[in-house]
Amino acid sequence: MAKRIDVSGLTAYYGSHKAIEDISMTVEPRSVTAFIGPSGCGKSTFLRTLNRMHEVTPGGRVEGKVMLDDENLYGSGVDPVTVRRTVGMVFQRPNPFPTMSIFDNVAAGLRLNGSYKKSELADVVERSLKGANLWNEVKDRLNKPGSGLSGGQQQRLCIARAIAVEPDVLLMDEPCSALDPISTLAIEDLIGELKERFTIVIVTHNMQQAARVSDRTAFFNLAAVGQPGRLIEIDDTERIFANPSVQATEDYISGRFG
Amino acid sequence: MASTTPTDLTPPPTGPALDGGKSTGRLGDKIFIGLSRGSGILVLLIMASIAAFLTYRAVLGISKDEGNFLTTFDWNPAGDPPVFGIAVLLFGTVVSSIIAMVIAVPIAVGIALFISHYAPRRLAAPLAYVVDLLAAVPSIIYGIWGALFLVPYLEGLNLWLDQFFAWTYVFEKTEVGVARSLFTVGILLAIMILPIVTSVSREVFLQVPRMNEEAALALGATRWEVIRMSVLPFGRSGVISASMLGLGRALGETMAVATVLSPSFLISLHLLNPGGGTFAQNIAAKFDEADQLGRDALIASGLVLFILTLLVNGAARLIIARRKEYSGANA
Repeated sequence: MAKRIDVSGLTAYYGSHKAIEDISMTVEPRSVTAFIGPSGCGKSTFLRTLNRMHEVTPGGRVEGKVMLDDENLYGSGVDPVTVRRTVGMVFQRPNPFPTMSIFDNVAAGLRLNGSYKKSELADVVERSLKGANLWNEVKDRLNKPGSGLSGGQQQRLCIARAIAVEPDVLLMDEPCSALDPISTLAIEDLIGELKERFTIVIVTHNMQQAARVSDRTAFFNLAAVGQPGRLIEIDDTERIFANPSVQATEDYISGRFG
Repeated sequence: MASTTPTDLTPPPTGPALDGGKSTGRLGDKIFIGLSRGSGILVLLIMASIAAFLTYRAVLGISKDEGNFLTTFDWNPAGDPPVFGIAVLLFGTVVSSIIAMVIAVPIAVGIALFISHYAPRRLAAPLAYVVDLLAAVPSIIYGIWGALFLVPYLEGLNLWLDQFFAWTYVFEKTEVGVARSLFTVGILLAIMILPIVTSVSREVFLQVPRMNEEAALALGATRWEVIRMSVLPFGRSGVISASMLGLGRALGETMAVATVLSPSFLISLHLLNPGGGTFAQNIAAKFDEADQLGRDALIASGLVLFILTLLVNGAARLIIARRKEYSGANA
């Protein structure tokens, strides 16, 4: 179930390039934390360090500590595969498995984790699709390919796939940036419902979205192009948008740069 | 429930490619249209004339055949009466190609996966190059290598197979003799089609979109599970195409087979026994000394090979088309 994330002194590299430097923050369970900041500030990179997806990029490596409750995700002997089974992820562009049916897409994670009875699987698929507010739209065509759905539906399918395995944390990397406003609204509603069960971290370019969906907001920035991104501040979303404690945050939010 | 809207229910557009509209008749356009249309028609003309030539000569040949062209186990167009049939050749061609596919395709997919997903970059590039080099070896060299190296060295394997797998019937060796058998030919063909199947599969595997693989990774898939969930399904139709290219080569391979096989006009499912024949090998072996009827007869057998290849390709396209809805192409 939902767990607390506690990051300390995290630095990530692409080869010799330092992408983010010395980031520390705490993410509370059953809350939505939004990452905002200009392009290239490392917010997506940071997100990907939270489920050890950063290191699948050639040259990607990480220093520092990410505690999930009392387990260090980067501790020696921790299998990244196991980490990813407890920290789910939704990507910028909807990426259902194109060769799988809607049902199989949602069941994919469960099948990785072990064998299930058919009825069990069907229950979880139904529950997850309902959880992703997609059930009513697809219940009559569960055996059709997931790639036949609209972009917004595909993204909710990916959310259903991610929550089917009951992760502790759900990471979302600009989940609405490829969607139209109405599909975006559907996802935002969904995030509001999901935060009762999961710890959610969302990267977004859309500041209104951060203001609408999140409880806490973290602002990332970089000193100059080529410099590593840093966490400037993290605070309650209301405070970040009304009265941030750092000038750069206010400049960014009020549209003076970025 | 979240808002469901009409836009949400519309299927994604799957329209045809852009249509630039009617040309306004610029010179460059006209020349280009003429060239491309001409090339297209040229291919059709070449195909049609080959088919017409083969059919014409084949009919001449078959009409003088006193035996049944499809079922006769003999090739004697110079005899009196002339008797010849393709049964042995069809059997030999199909069997040796099947052996080649069974051996080559799994290995090729394995190599392709290793190069595209497992090997460190420093190793992958040279390895890919070496595999491609295999394709550059002329087939007569394969034939000589097969006859001088493979045949003697496979005798041990043949004995072993005969000793432990004779109960499968196909691996029972009932005739004494060196390994100039369909089985040896199959192994040789497997090596020969390995590079084409490998390099096409490799290219397909490299094209798997990053986001498909990350989808599996993020669910906690191991490397093998990523390959099973994302790479293989995406590459499926590509591997089928690659195999068909390889099969096309195996079916038509001439010199290597002619050099290794000791031909005979017998059908035997004891694959280790020497003997048998294939279309291409038979044509190569007999064309020079054949008279007019003999050549027509060989051309008739060539026509059957042509049709066989067409059927195989058609079947492959059917398999690919049937899975189109689920292929990676419409992701």
